[in-house]
Amino acid sequence: MSDVAFAYSARSEPVVSLTDLRIETAERVFLRGASGSGKSTLLGLIAGILSPQAGSIEVLGQDLLAMNATQRDSFRASQLGVIFQIFNLLPYLPVGANVTLPCRFSAVRAKAAAEAGGADEEARRLLGRLGLDADAVWAKRSTDLSVGQQQRVAAARALIGRPGLILADEPTSALDANSRDAFIELLNEECDAAGAALIFVSHDAGLADHFNRALDLADINTAMEVV
Amino acid sequence: MARFPILTLALRSIRNRAGTALLTILTVAISVTLFLTVEKVRHGARASFENTISGVDLIVGARSSAVNLLLYSVFQIGDATNNITWESYQAVANARGVDWTVPISLGDSHRGFRVVGTTPAYFERYQYGQQRSLEFVSGQPFDNLFHTVIGAQVARDLGYELGQEVVVAHGTGSVSFVEHDSNPFTITGILESTGTPVDRSVFVGLEAIEAIHLEGPTGAGSGLSAEELEAMDLTPDAITAFFVGLDTPVVALRLQRQVNTYPSEPLQAIIPGVALAQLWGIVGAAERTLAAVAAFVVLTGLVSILTAVLTSLNERRREMAILRALGARPGHIFSLLVAESAGLALAGALLGTAFTYAGLTAFAPAIEARFGILLPALVPGLYDLAIIGVVTVASAVLGAGPAWRAYRNSLADGMTIRV
Repeated sequence: MSDVAFAYSARSEPVVSLTDLRIETAERVFLRGASGSGKSTLLGLIAGILSPQAGSIEVLGQDLLAMNATQRDSFRASQLGVIFQIFNLLPYLPVGANVTLPCRFSAVRAKAAAEAGGADEEARRLLGRLGLDADAVWAKRSTDLSVGQQQRVAAARALIGRPGLILADEPTSALDANSRDAFIELLNEECDAAGAALIFVSHDAGLADHFNRALDLADINTAMEVV
Repeated sequence: MARFPILTLALRSIRNRAGTALLTILTVAISVTLFLTVEKVRHGARASFENTISGVDLIVGARSSAVNLLLYSVFQIGDATNNITWESYQAVANARGVDWTVPISLGDSHRGFRVVGTTPAYFERYQYGQQRSLEFVSGQPFDNLFHTVIGAQVARDLGYELGQEVVVAHGTGSVSFVEHDSNPFTITGILESTGTPVDRSVFVGLEAIEAIHLEGPTGAGSGLSAEELEAMDLTPDAITAFFVGLDTPVVALRLQRQVNTYPSEPLQAIIPGVALAQLWGIVGAAERTLAAVAAFVVLTGLVSILTAVLTSLNERRREMAILRALGARPGHIFSLLVAESAGLALAGALLGTAFTYAGLTAFAPAIEARFGILLPALVPGLYDLAIIGVVTVASAVLGAGPAWRAYRNSLADGMTIRV
C-alpha cells in the first residue's frame, strides 16, 4: 500500500493514512492496533471492499484500484480468506456448507479445491487439520458449536481453495489463552502449508511472537495521530 | 448447493427463520385465498347470471323498463307493471320472422315459490347456459289442466315427489291469504337443477291459471269440477309476457322496433343479452368493490412480507458482511433479499391457491344448491397462475426496498460487522 488515504465521507477526517506498507508472499504479519485505530478499515481496503481516496493498493501483484467493483469482488472471492472476531458463520448453513461456501462464489477456489480432492474432501481435511472431528461437526448448525470451534470452522473456510492472502480480524478475542494459542498455531501451520500470507489484526500485543513480523498500526497509520 | 448460491441461500435463510416465515406465508396464503375465492364466486355469479337464459331472441311485456321486464320475466324479481292482451300476443306471435313464442303468466305462488303459467313449449324452448335445454329428473311436461311441473329447488326444499298435490296461492309473497284450494295440482314432472330461477318455479298450464281465476283474480278458485273446466274455452284474456324465438336474429331489431311502436297497446320488446348487460352494469359495481377490497387484502399480505424482511435487516448485517467478505457482490445481497421476499410470496400464493381449491371442492355443491352459483373449474388454471405470478413479482418489487437498504448497508459496513 502506498500513500493511501481513506475517509468514510468527503467531510469526515481520514481514518487511514499511511505512506507505505508491504507484506511479502507467504509472510505472516501481526498488526497491533487499539480499538478505533482503523484496523477493520485497513482490512476493508486490502480486501477491496473499501476504496481509498488517494494512493495505490496492490495485492498479490494485482492493482486493486485499477479494477472495477465487480472485478474487486471477484478478486476477493478468489484470492482472499477472511476470519472475523466472532459470529463468522452463516447460522442457517450447516458447518460443511459454511466451509465450502467460498467455492460457490469463486470458480478459482472451486477449481483449487477440486484439485485437492474435491470441495467436501478438502473441507473435511481442513476441519481435521484444525482439530475438529469433521464427521461429527459436518452437518451441525454453527450455533451448536462452541466459539472456539466456530473460529476453527471459519479458519477452514478462509483457507479452502488456497487463497493467497488470509485476513484475520481479531479472531482470538473471544478465546481463552490456551485455545487462542492453539488456534494461532494451527492457523499458521495451515497458511504455511497453503503458501498463503497472513495479516493477523489484534489489540493484544502479547500475540506478536507467533508471527514473522509485528507492526503497530499507530506507527504506520498517521491518520490516528490527527485524531 | 448450486454454482450460483443466492437462491439456495435465500431458501435456507427463510428456513432458518421458520416461525416468522411460516406466519408471513400464512398471512399471504389467507389473503390470496380470500382474493381467489372472491374472484371465483364473482365469476361464477356472473356466469350464472349471464347463463340464466339463452336461445331467446326477444322478451315482450308491458311497457316499463328493460331491466324491470328482464327481472320479473326471467329472474322472478319484482312484478309486471301491466299485463298484455292475448290479441297483442297473437299479433306479435304471427308477425313475419317469428319462429316460436312461449307465453308466461305470473302472479301466483306456492309456499314462496313463484307459479309460472305457460305452455308445454316452455320446456322445449327455454334454454340456459350454453344452449342447454331443460331436462326432467322424473316425469314429463303437463298435459292436463291441473298438472304441474316443479323446479329442482322446489322439489328439494319442499320434499315433493311425483304424484303429490300442490295448492297454488294468489299473490307472490311467501305467506298467502287466498289459496286456490278448490283446484289442487298434481305434480307430473320434476326438472333437473339448472342453477337458474327455473329451479325455484312451479309451472302450470296457461289455461290452468285462467281456470283458477274464473271467479275473479282474488277468488278462492273455481267451484267447477276439473272435467267441467276442461270442457271450457280457457284461452286467457291477458298474459304477463312472452319469449320470442326468431327465424333469424337479423330481424330482432326490426321486430323490436315494431313491438315498441305497436299502436294498440304499449308493449316493450327487449333483447335478453342487452338487458342482461344493463342489469350487470347496475349490480356489477358491488362485485367490483368486493374485488377491490380483496385486492387490498392481498396488498396487506405483501406488506407483511415487507415488514418481516425489514425487521430482520438489522440483525442480518453480520450475515451480509460475511457474504461480502466471501466475495458476494452488492448485487448478490440485493438479489438475496429480493429472492426471499419473492420466495415467501410464492409459497404463500401457492398455499393460498391450494386452500382456495380445497375449499371450493368441499363447498361448491352447497354453494350451487343454496345460491344457484355454478362455480367455475375446480382445478387451477391460467388465471390462478397469473395471480401467483403477480403476487410473487409484486412481492419482489416491494422487497427491492429493504434489499436496496441492505445493499447500502453492505457498502457502508464493508467488512466491519456491526450489531
